[in-house]
Amino acid sequence: MANKVAESISREEFFYGHKACAGCGGSLAVRAALKVLGPNAVSVLPAGCMSAVGFNFPQLCFSNNSIISTFAGTASMLTGVEAGLRARGFKDFTAVGFAGDGGTADIGIQALSGAIDRNDNIIYICYDNEAYMNTGIQKSGLTPFGAKTTTTPAGSNIHGNLHNKKNMFEIAAAHDIPYAATASIGNIPDFIAKVKKASQIKGTKYIHVIAPCPTGWGVAPDQTVEIAKEVVESGLWYLAEYENGTFKLNYKPKEFSSVEAYLKKQGRFKHLTDDDIQIITASRDKKWEYINRTFEL
Amino acid sequence: MRPYVREKKDFTFDEVPENTSFEAGYLTTVNSGWRSIRPVISTNKCVGCEQCYLYCPDGVISIAEGKAVIDYDFCKGCGICAKICRIGAIEMEAERK
Repeated sequence: MANKVAESISREEFFYGHKACAGCGGSLAVRAALKVLGPNAVSVLPAGCMSAVGFNFPQLCFSNNSIISTFAGTASMLTGVEAGLRARGFKDFTAVGFAGDGGTADIGIQALSGAIDRNDNIIYICYDNEAYMNTGIQKSGLTPFGAKTTTTPAGSNIHGNLHNKKNMFEIAAAHDIPYAATASIGNIPDFIAKVKKASQIKGTKYIHVIAPCPTGWGVAPDQTVEIAKEVVESGLWYLAEYENGTFKLNYKPKEFSSVEAYLKKQGRFKHLTDDDIQIITASRDKKWEYINRTFEL
Repeated sequence: MRPYVREKKDFTFDEVPENTSFEAGYLTTVNSGWRSIRPVISTNKCVGCEQCYLYCPDGVISIAEGKAVIDYDFCKGCGICAKICRIGAIEMEAERK
């Protein structure tokens, strides 16, 4: 039985033997993306889980050329890598960055914005585990409303994070970027297709992939992929692309699955009251009203 | 090919890198000690659909002769493969019975 998706990517492993937690969503995203881009990908990783688990000298888990950047400088280092290799006459390579949600939406956003503005020929992949997981689960700009982190604890008065998740995908798209997409590790064929598409487009490409973290989200290690599917089914995340100035929705659930069921599976949302869940459901409905109005199907 | 575990464990002074770069894909330790449960593939059920290969976060599953094979040196026992397998060809078994 041949699997077309598996046939379309490299059989080699470029991210192997790493020290990520069992069931890590981010490492799955990095592994899958590198298998699409092949041995000539040059990856740039800022401070974050994937650099912490991948480079523990002498255990070096990337078998392609990889480098750790400053926390804020993923995109600017990608610019330099791309320009440097081009200047030295290399043609067949891809400069790809893997930054977490904090390294993208908070600390690295100005470097990313600058790279998109210059339209450098790079791929920037944000693996979004919705908090600073590497340093022990602190709130980031992409932590959703109500989530419990160490800096937004759940008490009797305040129920976790008070702020909504920043819309990084549409922020990147607002630069009029050549290609931006959202993905989920619960749908690897879709993610692989998007990375492949991005590798064939010239200019800056931004892919935002939701990558659940069993440790930070409070789910069992074997639930990572399931929960990444459920976040899409419940409508709290969506699979979309931005290209040539238009937004396109890739997948529309026929009927949303229960938001409450999705939230209550996770330790970080255990404390939420019915009112909180109502707020989250209402904001989902508002978001989808906007998506239905402006996105092409 | 995958990065593989090098036999040599100690560095002589001359081999310690002077700067912050070193050979890519250089492994010295395995991850098998992390595991309390291990996936076991029943080869007569496995049809080689490669779903487990696609979804394994550690990339330890490969396909040989149409069947999934696990590299137990680096499997952490997360159990995603057993969950993703639609035909139930992978079962999680306790490491120590």
